[in-house]
Amino acid sequence: MSLLSFKGGIHPPHEKKYTEKKAVVKAVDPKVVTISMRQHIGAPCNPIVKKGDYVKVGQMVGEATSFVSSPVHSSVSGTVKEVTNKNVLGGKAMCVVIESDGENLIHETVVSNGDISGLSSKEILEIIKNAGIVGMGGAGFPTHVKLSPPPEKKIDVVILNGAECEPYLTADHRLMLETPAEVVYGLRALIKVLNVQKGYIGIENNKPDAFKSISEAAKEYPEIEVVELYTKYPQGAEKQLIYACTKREVPSAGLPMDAGAVVSNVATSAAIANAIKTGMPLVERICTITGSSVVEPKNMLIKVGTNIKEIIDQCGGYKGKVGKLIMGGPMMGLASNTDNIPSTKTTSGILIFNEDEAKIPEAENCLKCGKCVSICPSFLEPLYISAYALKNDFEKAEKYNALDCIECGSCSFVCPSKRPLLHSIRVAKKEIIAKRRKSK
Amino acid sequence: MESLFRVSSSPHIRSKQTVSNIMRDVVIALLPATFAGVYYFGLPALVLILLSVGSAVATEFIVQKYLRKQKATIKDWSAVVTGMLLAFNIPSTAPWWLVVVGSAFAIAIVKQAFGGLGHNFMNPALAARAMLMASWPVEMTNWVSTRLADSVAGPTPLGIIGEKLSVALPSMTDVIIGNVGGCIGETSVVAILIGAAYLIYRGVISIRIPAAYIGTVFILAFFFTGFDLYMSTYNLFIGGLMLGAFFMATDYSSSPSNPKGQIIFGIGCGVIATVIRFYGGYPEGVSYSIILMNVASPLIEKYSSSRVFGGAKK
Ligand code: SF4
Ligand code: SF4
Repeated sequence: MSLLSFKGGIHPPHEKKYTEKKAVVKAVDPKVVTISMRQHIGAPCNPIVKKGDYVKVGQMVGEATSFVSSPVHSSVSGTVKEVTNKNVLGGKAMCVVIESDGENLIHETVVSNGDISGLSSKEILEIIKNAGIVGMGGAGFPTHVKLSPPPEKKIDVVILNGAECEPYLTADHRLMLETPAEVVYGLRALIKVLNVQKGYIGIENNKPDAFKSISEAAKEYPEIEVVELYTKYPQGAEKQLIYACTKREVPSAGLPMDAGAVVSNVATSAAIANAIKTGMPLVERICTITGSSVVEPKNMLIKVGTNIKEIIDQCGGYKGKVGKLIMGGPMMGLASNTDNIPSTKTTSGILIFNEDEAKIPEAENCLKCGKCVSICPSFLEPLYISAYALKNDFEKAEKYNALDCIECGSCSFVCPSKRPLLHSIRVAKKEIIAKRRKSK
Repeated sequence: MESLFRVSSSPHIRSKQTVSNIMRDVVIALLPATFAGVYYFGLPALVLILLSVGSAVATEFIVQKYLRKQKATIKDWSAVVTGMLLAFNIPSTAPWWLVVVGSAFAIAIVKQAFGGLGHNFMNPALAARAMLMASWPVEMTNWVSTRLADSVAGPTPLGIIGEKLSVALPSMTDVIIGNVGGCIGETSVVAILIGAAYLIYRGVISIRIPAAYIGTVFILAFFFTGFDLYMSTYNLFIGGLMLGAFFMATDYSSSPSNPKGQIIFGIGCGVIATVIRFYGGYPEGVSYSIILMNVASPLIEKYSSSRVFGGAKK
């Protein structure tokens, strides 16, 4: 079968060899978990427990405050120590701190929902919503929102992202290898919720073993097509993935549903399967801990709320002098200035760079070499957006379609002059959006 | 005490390609043509190339350090490239001061006065060549026969065709390997193509501009020669077409940065060059074609930028 792809994109070094052959190991149970009420984009949660309360695994500790929000649950059983503002990735957030009693007693609400066949699409949607399921590949957008498109949008396809196009990360790869049936089960649930006829699972061709295991697990289901994607970054970006699978373009400024598609991640899909089969909400996930400055890179199953430093210690701790700590992959992940933060539902990777790799290269004159233009998956001209952004001419930046940037970082990656292209484009996007809000 | 790490926005990795890598690759790609030039035109060619490079680098250093008071970037190899290209566009009989003046002009006026690397709107070497042509036409067109031993003045193949001289044209083989009269770096098609292949392989240039350029010249020449396949092919291998198409028209800052614009740019170069060759007052049109298109480049770029992903088809 021919490989599917999109136009543009880059080929960063894969760097997956450190962990791709390592089976997922369960992390040591944390003594304390810090569960952030801000796990995703959208409204933060409201804590519904207080100091001294006894909670169990799977018990809701933070309720959703609006439609674009998703509840959070305890990942341990034990006593709430405090409910307070704490450091999380990118700032402070309200957190529920729970001291584990080590028993892992399961909450009474956690009961199996049976099988997809016995559930209506409404019921499945409700399960997904109550289980606090969010997109586990990126920004953590609440999944039930994606699954509730306005009636005028006709959805006819669901796509699962198993590309894992970010270098270094292997969490999704291992998940697809070790529990392919869960991934497929979750996709069948999504197909039922959206009442569509077709589901795709896209996997980059640098993971032939995952492609095989998923294909095997999906072979009884004719509505599911497992497709091999050309290994290229950002193959897993929503719009690019939709194009690769269906050759449809999401309209500029539009959402996947405008192209009749809903995209979800393989890990999210497995979490949905788990929520249906066992009733357990999303309280743990697989994470890749890797990079040149960690002693023993691993794929680990970690409970939401585990301290990042504790996880790194279980990988033998730091090696040499650490330069940068990145939550997620090297292309889109966020750098954290401290390791004293809790993991969340979206912690797909913990990447630790040494001092050398953390150096920020000095920018030189733009050569006008056009490399950023020819690789931009959104077909933009990053050099001009960036140049206008640096001159504070945000109107011009808007004319050059700054808002269509998907922030994949490919332009900054290829630029031989090491210009901070994406960084300046982000600034422009913020300004443009702020201005639009004001003028409304 | 918790340790604090460095924070910056994504992406956190960058490609290995740098400005100096690119420019060094161009220098490497120019070496085969350098050897060919020295082989056919002898020691004077070598002296001129070295003088030109030396003068370009020295000018860059002086202008950046003392006039613009900034960090000198001579280590990025870009001045070396300009120096080599300028010498390539000059006959080996030229006096030494000609290349020194030319490359100083290329760097100081065409490149640095407009803001340095990436800001020149014309190819510096070609702009300097045009200036030299206008000021010292005799010195700039004193061709020699290409034999090492006998340095007699001899016409170039383009001269023979253009001025309808009653001299036999050199054979196809001679024009391909470079055994003809002409400027130092432009005669050996083989040497230029080896360098060009290297540049494409290394991802420094794309094939778009040269392919559009050379393709257009071929098609037009095919018509202009009355469908003479031999002459229209021969026409590709003479003069500065190969050097111009692969090494000069592809200059980053004076050509469009988007793929569609690059093809339009290449076609434009091809049309102008062929029209000048066949109907113009000069025998050669390559450098003027590129300079003219350099001027048009910002306009082309503006109107050729591709639609955004998911935007309406243009
Ligand atoms: S890749 Fe960098 S140097 Fe090249 S055109 Fe884009 S911004 Fe300029
Ligand atoms: S401009 Fe935006 S979409 Fe285009 S390459 Fe840069 S980060 Fe990616």
